[in-house]
Amino acid sequence: MPDSPSPRLPEPDRPWMMRTYAGHSDARRSNELYRRNLEKGQTGLSIAFDLPTQTGYDPDHELAKGEVGKVGVSIAHEGDMATLLDQIPLDQMNTSMTINATAAWLLALYVVAAERQGVDEKELQGTTQNDILKEYLSRGTYAFPPGPSMRLIADTIAYTVEHIPKWNPINICSYHLQEAGATPVQEIAFTMSNAIAVLDAVKHRLGGRESDLMGSVFGRISFFVNAGVRFIEEHAKLRAMSVLWDELGRERYGVEDEKHRRLRYGVQVNSLGLTEAQPENNVYRIALEALAVTLGRSARARAIQLPAWNEALGLPRPWDQQWSLRLQQILAYETDLLEYPDVFEGSKVMEGLVSELLDGAREEMHRVAELGGAVEAVDYMKAALVESHRKRWQRIESGDLVVVGMNRFTSTEPSPLTAGSDGGILVVDPEVEAEQRAAVQRWRADRDQAAVDETLGQLAAIARDDEENIMPATIAAARAGATTGEWAQTLREVFGEYRAPTGVGEAVAAPTQELAELREEVERLSEALGRRLKFMVGKPGLDGHSNGAEQIAVRARDAGMDVVYEGIRLTPAQIANSAAQEGVHIVGLSILSGSHRELIPAVMDAMREAGVGDVPVVVGGIIPDADAESLRQAGIAAVYTPKDWNLNAMMRDIIVLVAERHGVETPVGA
Amino acid sequence: MTERTRAGGRELGARLRERDLSAAPAALNLIESRATGARQEAVALLGEVSPAALGTEPPGHIIGVTGPPGVGKSSLLSRLVAEWRRRERSVAVLAVDPSSRRSGGSLLGDRARIEADPRDREVFIRSTAAGDRLGGLAPATRAAAQALAAAFDVVVIETVGVGQSETEVADAADTVAVVLQPASGDVLQFLKAGIMEVPDVLVLTKADLGGVARHARADLEAALLALGAGSTTLCAVSSVPVASGIAELVDALDAHRAGLDLPARRLRARRRHALDEFVAEHGERGLRALGGRLAAQRWLEQQDQGLDVPALERALDARAQEQS
Repeated sequence: MPDSPSPRLPEPDRPWMMRTYAGHSDARRSNELYRRNLEKGQTGLSIAFDLPTQTGYDPDHELAKGEVGKVGVSIAHEGDMATLLDQIPLDQMNTSMTINATAAWLLALYVVAAERQGVDEKELQGTTQNDILKEYLSRGTYAFPPGPSMRLIADTIAYTVEHIPKWNPINICSYHLQEAGATPVQEIAFTMSNAIAVLDAVKHRLGGRESDLMGSVFGRISFFVNAGVRFIEEHAKLRAMSVLWDELGRERYGVEDEKHRRLRYGVQVNSLGLTEAQPENNVYRIALEALAVTLGRSARARAIQLPAWNEALGLPRPWDQQWSLRLQQILAYETDLLEYPDVFEGSKVMEGLVSELLDGAREEMHRVAELGGAVEAVDYMKAALVESHRKRWQRIESGDLVVVGMNRFTSTEPSPLTAGSDGGILVVDPEVEAEQRAAVQRWRADRDQAAVDETLGQLAAIARDDEENIMPATIAAARAGATTGEWAQTLREVFGEYRAPTGVGEAVAAPTQELAELREEVERLSEALGRRLKFMVGKPGLDGHSNGAEQIAVRARDAGMDVVYEGIRLTPAQIANSAAQEGVHIVGLSILSGSHRELIPAVMDAMREAGVGDVPVVVGGIIPDADAESLRQAGIAAVYTPKDWNLNAMMRDIIVLVAERHGVETPVGA
Repeated sequence: MTERTRAGGRELGARLRERDLSAAPAALNLIESRATGARQEAVALLGEVSPAALGTEPPGHIIGVTGPPGVGKSSLLSRLVAEWRRRERSVAVLAVDPSSRRSGGSLLGDRARIEADPRDREVFIRSTAAGDRLGGLAPATRAAAQALAAAFDVVVIETVGVGQSETEVADAADTVAVVLQPASGDVLQFLKAGIMEVPDVLVLTKADLGGVARHARADLEAALLALGAGSTTLCAVSSVPVASGIAELVDALDAHRAGLDLPARRLRARRRHALDEFVAEHGERGLRALGGRLAAQRWLEQQDQGLDVPALERALDARAQEQS
């Protein structure tokens, strides 16, 4: 009897790169954390920066207040970067940096830190996220307008292809699009359209050498994707992306080497679907989502970082992150996952799913192209995402989309995981901000100011000349000791600033019975007030995660309110001033970065100063119970957390609050 | 039950007359209110800032800024506000949002796009929904502009659209600026076809676009010439760094105002406003009682020039009663 061919690979595959998205407070504390994580078997670094670093402000800037060291580590200059990477050999490490608007700057700091270790830039391996379009669409840490931002991206790509050849200069993100509500089709189409915009911009900057370099540029572009809990379809999505990427390389950019056309992606699985209710269930969700990106060999992730079970509650502790890392290790080392060729090959179901997604994605890409490409189509894409998210939320509210523990199977025993004195999350030492503020001022006082001024002057000149590459001048400024805020401010002065579209303009919801009732109540109250109920939704601080605020704004509008929504990144003074000038009846604040303890009282003070201290304020965000209590004591009328997923209930609260404040009776049941 | 913190209309009007800018938010709350009590207070407020009470027209320059979506009105306004502030003028902006009111509610996003220092007490921005009235200014916007013109040096009414909105704005503003961007071919057609009234000032944005912008400018100049609209100033501006043409635009707006018979324009505005309010209240039937729109206009022209809008409305009411 002839031997049937073995269904196994001759040799099991090597595991993917295992990382944990980590960093908080300052460089020293984060360095300790990284070294502990590496000891536990993590194979690469993934640096989380705080919001001031991501948006280009020093720790002592007004907008940095309350945000320093919160969602990541504060890095203000090359000294911080050297401390962060202390005793981590950069010629061997593979480092991923979640950094976008200021990517060129943080890459320069990394290059200088390597110099200090005696490592040449040619040796460096890693990734800068460097994807600005999704910042406009979802994540919100942009700094400059689209044109100059695309130039910075193209410059870093053109520079690294020649000087840091093992670096992935851009990680085009579909991750945040899914978080913003994208359907799989939108996620694929918008990401590929984004990639086209980037490649076209780089092509232009290669000036005549594109036939030599386009292949290696194409080969250096990687993706950062998301995987939701519908893990079969999610896997199909990745296969579809592989097909499109290969096609794009061949047809649009003439890339001949097949290796250059292979889709390379890293992944952070979904945190959109993680719940605050019964948070232990998130562990199962994360495990299934990890399967989506590992199951089929032909579309398997190159690098994976998994969220922690408690991300809907607050910042994960080192132990929480260790638990996530162990999941990756079990998958790679205990299971037989890596022993087989592609397990979906020949599957009719998989093929069908892929071709369905491809059809939808091609159509959507065509629409974006017709609008003039991804940069021009930001408004369209943003509005489409807000609309998809709205529909998703309605399905959760109606129960059509089941989220276990949240809208179904909700009865629960108390969770021992959150019973500890820390509430099951990491709290950043509030002293960090003051320390960092003092430290950056000492840094500025101790350096050679003339050298800094000269290099920043050079940087401004280069920035004004569109034909020059920004990287050499940026590295020189980093070496001279310039700060993150100074680099960004120099470019802000040349490039100008920008506010991204909010996407909340157009679509009006089809009225459900519940919505119709709300409208009636709003109408009644407005008549009693004399003016239409006016509601301001504000996002104080640097946190750009606006998906929640947008959904609140849209629902309030659909319920018949006049809604003032000014987008992200507002100072307390701006919010108070708008509340006063607009004559709003109620203010809603959204904060997800953990800076609510500093920012909410600051907004309340500013509102009192602006003469609108009597306007009720409600707050939504990732807010631990203990903080919620102290916010209520400070006069906040209501606190909402991810547990409060029913937006109509929230609207009803708002109506009741305003009615009470103005002595208007509300109907029974409101 | 109206707004709890309401100050009296008379007091707010007096504060505006004394150029107390901090009275603006409460004044607008009152003017926008439709509650019966508030309506009376608003009439009292407007009385305090009427030409009769002031002994002159409210001194502020009311400027309508209008144009199609996406031409860069908000960026332009950011630059204009900065320039006016540089010239030490106080500025109020009434941003009229075009969003539809299918749900009754609306999203007012426009103030987000106008940059101003929140600590600067001499800049006031207020957004309102375009309202239920078809294609029109929010009913309270015209009254608000008149009231604010007593206190602020510059009052901007910003609207979106082309073809109709600038006519509405022309009834409420001293000077109308229509904002266009290069390659707004349809606007050129509107102008030529006479669908759109020729504005006082035509602003061409995105002058940084080089050849395209120069081409657009030449087209517009030719069109204006052909229409015999020699008095319309054409300004090319750029709002991106380095901004250009902004000071020239402010000069052009000033020049239009200087050459204007202000009392006549304001008087016409008040009379049209009163008639519009009357029609909104009483409809076609009311208009017939006045013998039709033309007859009503002619009758209004014979009334005392010092009457403010509420007084004119009352007079129209009485006349309609008499006639029917």
